[in-house]
Amino acid sequence: MTILVTGPQGVRAQGRGWVWAGALAVSLCLALVVGLLMLLLTQAAPQFWPRTVYAIDLANPEEPPQTIWAQLWRSEREGAQTRWLLKAGRRESGPDFLYLAQPRSEDVRMPEQVGVWERRAWGDLIGRLLAVYRDGERMAEGERAWPWMLEMLRSAERQHTAIQELKQRRIPRLAATTTPDASAEFLAAEAELRRLQADLDEDQLLIELADGRSILLPAADVVRAYRPNAMAWWEKTFWMLGSVGRFFSEAPREANTEGGVFPAIVGTVLLVFLMTVFVAPLGVLAAIYLHEYARNVWWVRLLRITVHNLAGVPSIVYGVFGLGFFVYGLGGWLDQRLFAENLPNPTFGTGGLLWAALTMALLTLPVVIVATEEGLTRISGSLRQASFALGATQFETLWKVVLPMVRPAMLTGLILAIARAAGEVAPLMLLGVVKLTPELPLDTAMPFFHLERKFMHLGFHLYDVGFQSPHVEAARPLVYAVALLLVLIVIALNLFAVRLRHQLRERYRHLEETPG
Amino acid sequence: MMSSEPSLAPPPALEVENLSLYYDQQVALRNISLAVSAHKVTAFIGPSGCGKSSLLRCFNRMNDLVQGARVRGEIRLGGENIYAPSVDVANLRRRVGMVFQKPNPFPMSVYENVAYGLRLSQRWRRRALDEAVEWALKGAALWDEVKNRLDAPALGLSGGQQQRLVIARAIALKPEVLLLDEPASALDPISTLRIEELINELKSDYTVIIVTHNMQQAARVSDDTAFMYEGEVIEYGSADTLFTNPRHRRTEDYITGRYG
Repeated sequence: MTILVTGPQGVRAQGRGWVWAGALAVSLCLALVVGLLMLLLTQAAPQFWPRTVYAIDLANPEEPPQTIWAQLWRSEREGAQTRWLLKAGRRESGPDFLYLAQPRSEDVRMPEQVGVWERRAWGDLIGRLLAVYRDGERMAEGERAWPWMLEMLRSAERQHTAIQELKQRRIPRLAATTTPDASAEFLAAEAELRRLQADLDEDQLLIELADGRSILLPAADVVRAYRPNAMAWWEKTFWMLGSVGRFFSEAPREANTEGGVFPAIVGTVLLVFLMTVFVAPLGVLAAIYLHEYARNVWWVRLLRITVHNLAGVPSIVYGVFGLGFFVYGLGGWLDQRLFAENLPNPTFGTGGLLWAALTMALLTLPVVIVATEEGLTRISGSLRQASFALGATQFETLWKVVLPMVRPAMLTGLILAIARAAGEVAPLMLLGVVKLTPELPLDTAMPFFHLERKFMHLGFHLYDVGFQSPHVEAARPLVYAVALLLVLIVIALNLFAVRLRHQLRERYRHLEETPG
Repeated sequence: MMSSEPSLAPPPALEVENLSLYYDQQVALRNISLAVSAHKVTAFIGPSGCGKSSLLRCFNRMNDLVQGARVRGEIRLGGENIYAPSVDVANLRRRVGMVFQKPNPFPMSVYENVAYGLRLSQRWRRRALDEAVEWALKGAALWDEVKNRLDAPALGLSGGQQQRLVIARAIALKPEVLLLDEPASALDPISTLRIEELINELKSDYTVIIVTHNMQQAARVSDDTAFMYEGEVIEYGSADTLFTNPRHRRTEDYITGRYG
């Protein structure tokens, strides 16, 4: 600073205290955001990282000596003592999770042969592979069994894919047609399905558990298997990337505590997309009317104040409105007119993607209107005058000069609206969001886009996994992972908006009207 | 009060008769009558707020855009009252072009800026449009500087070039009258000189009306000059007479720099 400080009051006179206070506030905000992201990141990582399996000898004088195989989930300090939360992966024989006082280091080993099997049901299984069987015949045992098993898992995956294809595409399609050819084909398809399902049981894995018992596990029940103690760090990294990929691309399993979030991502994206389709033209037209055509009379001013205030209405109020107006009102009316044959089962008269998107559009309308109007205000009057002076009408001026310049502002508004809608949960709970749905709102069956269907949503998924889950400990990293995904989506959209606005200012700065 | 004394004889391009302009209750122009000669440069001079810009904006009805502006009296362009209810304002503005104080090209390419007004009135074949744009840019003495970058953004031009581009945009429509509202006040001396030269060339094809509060400029470029004060035309006549031998005390005070 080149300003000379004169006298003892210099700091106050220059307002340097305020500068410091401002800097402090900014750094605090920044620290909060970074802290939030770090927390989410560190807490979500265990969901994807292949964690070491410890073999721990339990030395309890009152019981016979016992060994458990378990992954360390969390380490907690309680006074002078540290205790471990362990995941033992043995849901059929006892609790999955157990607390243990931190064992002495000589009681802890890391055996290389111990593996973890992610199962389609019943959660993870931790054990040691003894042998693999095909059609009851022992194919391999000991160390040679592992590559055999990997091959079996791949073939089981192929079978599952074939069964899915038959069940969800071919058989329903054949069932819908009535030609004699089709019915013969239908019978053949059904027979093939039965054969495939029977074949699922042909591969079996013999696995030894920590307590010495062994069980037979059908290979078809396994999603994937790994031996964390035998993996190098780079193998673990690849494994983690694969897990993240599955998290994005798979449907949830086990009451949402395992598997991925694909349907929730699809639901969120479709909801936001549909909302954008509704809110963009409506908001932009309203802003244009308010700013360009409406004269500055008292009821227009009142309208503008109302629009600004709508942005502050709690979102659950919109949810209630949507339920009353769209679902029961419009939906009920549509059902009576168009889908009477389905009554009393509602088609549109119940929560669904369409009504949720319309309500979200209403919710984000003020954001779009305000942003667009601000953009219109920023365009200098001299450009409009130039256009008028060349004989352009108001519509031509608007269409050819003003709107192209407002485009970035409209986009900014839209993206802010999208960011808000992506994070909104409360109104959706009244409007058709569900914990789990077998059908996506978008598929290959006519008419492809099923507006009346219920849908999953990342925000609601977070709530469901975190607070409605039967299996709290297992779901915990998942909660953080979903939260991270949601926050990242919103942050990415906001950054995009800020960038756009910056570009707009750069491009049109010298055209802005200078005051005075 | 006022004296209309156009220098020589061809029929006037614009005739103003008993024109008054009000902004809400405020009087901006009071009972003005004058005739603007065709193919001459007419300058309106006067202190700030005297109404010279308001009068200029009556000629292409830009005041219509101001809320609360009302006009009484008549302005005749080629004998026709432009404030008659049957007049198509967009059409009028194509006949009476206007250039503003601050260069205001559209944020488009050089070419698109000139083509903008042309495209409003009719559909063009590509070649005819190219020719019209070239003709207008030549008319505004800008062609040689921009012929190799017609697709470059107009906002990349210098201030003086932008102002000549705006003039090209206006003359592309081949207007009868060209209104210049302090066209050089935002420019440096060299650009100002070029604009003044251009104005001299333009008057062979157009009737030019210029508003300025630079008296030297008015003396240099105008054939006829009107001195305005508080919404009235105090003195109107040939520039030579007005600047060398003003008849009114106020005019003399103003041009000798006693106020303004």
